[in-house]
Amino acid sequence: MALLDIERLTVRYGAIQAVQDAGLSVAQGEIVTLLGANGAGKSSLLNACMGLVPLAGGEVHFDGHLISAERTEAIVRRGMTLTPEGRRVFPSLTVQENLEIGAAASRDLRQKSKMQREEMYALFPRLKERFQQLAGTLSGGEQQMLAIARSLMSEPRLLLLDEPSLGLAPNIVDQIFDIIASLRRRGVTILLVEQNAELALDVADRGYVLASGRVVLSGKPAELRSAGLERVYLGAA
Amino acid sequence: MEFFLQQFLNALALGGTYALLGLGLAVVFSVLGLINFAHGELMTLTGYGIFYALLFGVPYPLALIIGVVLATGAAILMERVAFRPVRNSSGTTMLLTSFAVSTILHILFQNLISARPKAIAVPNSLTGAVAIADMQIGVIQLLSILVTAVSLLALTLFLRRSLLGIAMRAAAEDFNVARLMGVNANLVISTAFGISGVLAGIAGILWLFQRGSVDPLMGFLPVLKAFIAVVLGGLGSLSGAVIGGFILGFIEVGLRAYLPDGVLAYRDAISLTLVILVLFFWPQGIVARREAVR
Ligand SMILES: Nc1ncnc2c1ncn2[C@@H]1O[C@H](COP(=O)(O)OP(=O)(O)OP(=O)(O)O)[C@@H](O)[C@H]1O
Ligand SMILES: [Mg+2]
Repeated sequence: MALLDIERLTVRYGAIQAVQDAGLSVAQGEIVTLLGANGAGKSSLLNACMGLVPLAGGEVHFDGHLISAERTEAIVRRGMTLTPEGRRVFPSLTVQENLEIGAAASRDLRQKSKMQREEMYALFPRLKERFQQLAGTLSGGEQQMLAIARSLMSEPRLLLLDEPSLGLAPNIVDQIFDIIASLRRRGVTILLVEQNAELALDVADRGYVLASGRVVLSGKPAELRSAGLERVYLGAA
Repeated sequence: MEFFLQQFLNALALGGTYALLGLGLAVVFSVLGLINFAHGELMTLTGYGIFYALLFGVPYPLALIIGVVLATGAAILMERVAFRPVRNSSGTTMLLTSFAVSTILHILFQNLISARPKAIAVPNSLTGAVAIADMQIGVIQLLSILVTAVSLLALTLFLRRSLLGIAMRAAAEDFNVARLMGVNANLVISTAFGISGVLAGIAGILWLFQRGSVDPLMGFLPVLKAFIAVVLGGLGSLSGAVIGGFILGFIEVGLRAYLPDGVLAYRDAISLTLVILVLFFWPQGIVARREAVR
């Protein structure tokens, strides 16, 4: 069974239908990318998985458990978390405090939080140099690194990444994608939402394309490329 | 000079009480976006707790502790019973809920206890004054300043050093993301109410020492002042609430001390006008809440 299984997921905001009957699965060890134009419903889908927005229909299974009715905190404890779109570090907390919060989920995590933090500093040396700096004063790229490191503090088995390259300079984007590749080597399964389809398809094992809240295409990167992603994007826009 | 110093200490004492009250409102507002107008009833509850404890012969210090514990428990219970069910509703719904809670408590006090004030004796050791240099300084004033300082220090340490405190600051900046880190939303909100209850209890005691009695409406005026302090300092900012409280204290004491007798009756109107002026120049409050980075 897949690590994450989403069936007929529907999300509504009042009259707006953001996601409709979307189905998607991610197997242990995979990197799966979810592509789509602005407003296609990608963030809504991820937020619904994490219990941040209510489902109007459908089910989400993680690791064989039905989690669609669970609270966000409980889902994090099960081993899935989301690095939200736009980074959203806690600006008036220091880098170190941001990381400490990342380990808030369980006693077990809190106990080994210090070790885990050192590991994050080894993975992101730039954060170590700035550990006492307020997160709001970091550069965009550093904030994204902090946001990812903060999520990793809860030792997720599945990490949902919402547009980690958003608004970053090309060389920083490359760094972020290097990190994603290294996370896979550490055994973290990833569901990656991206606007930058080319880069995402380079690292992904499989992909889905969302248009107006529906899954309109799925398959291996090569299949998606040959199906003509641009057309799908244009059709949806 | 002596007169000035004396008034300065008075302002510090009054401002400190306002600061504690404002902080109580701000701590809840920072995580929930709610101004809890039932905060004043927590003070009143402290008053009645002390009154009845003393009636049953409980030693004075223990009675004070009972009063604070009562306010704290009531604050946590209030959240659980009244605010949790409407947590995801609009801000207006929550605000109306807080008015409802305030009114219900107020009516209960009136009907179950009495509409008339109940006197609470202030121990003799507190009613006097101590001589420092050439000044006579009220023991209660000194105590207020001391208690305020200790409370602020303890709260600061809690928010800076403990994981729960850091989680509260994180939740105040971005609640949903805090939850994505596994921060327990219910725990954070309960703690915020608990802290507001402790602060209401402490401020309630200081307020009681000034007036010597408790009645159902005791909390009304202080919560209004606390609200002004919070708005002055900037909604959502804890340090702002403290600063706002002290500013309000200084304005009020300053006007009382230096206004000519003829206009003394208008001092509340004048102090509110000053508040409006401050807000005119700093509409976001003095410590403007930093815009979240999104
Ligand atoms: N909180 C909300 N309230 C109302 N409508 C919303 C809300 N969040 C999203 N929407 C709407 O739902 C639709 C899908 O939005 P969503 O953010 O999921 O898209 P997206 O694919 O993540 O877009 P982007 O690539 O720009 O991040 C959009 O039409 C958006 O306006
Ligand atoms: Mg999005």
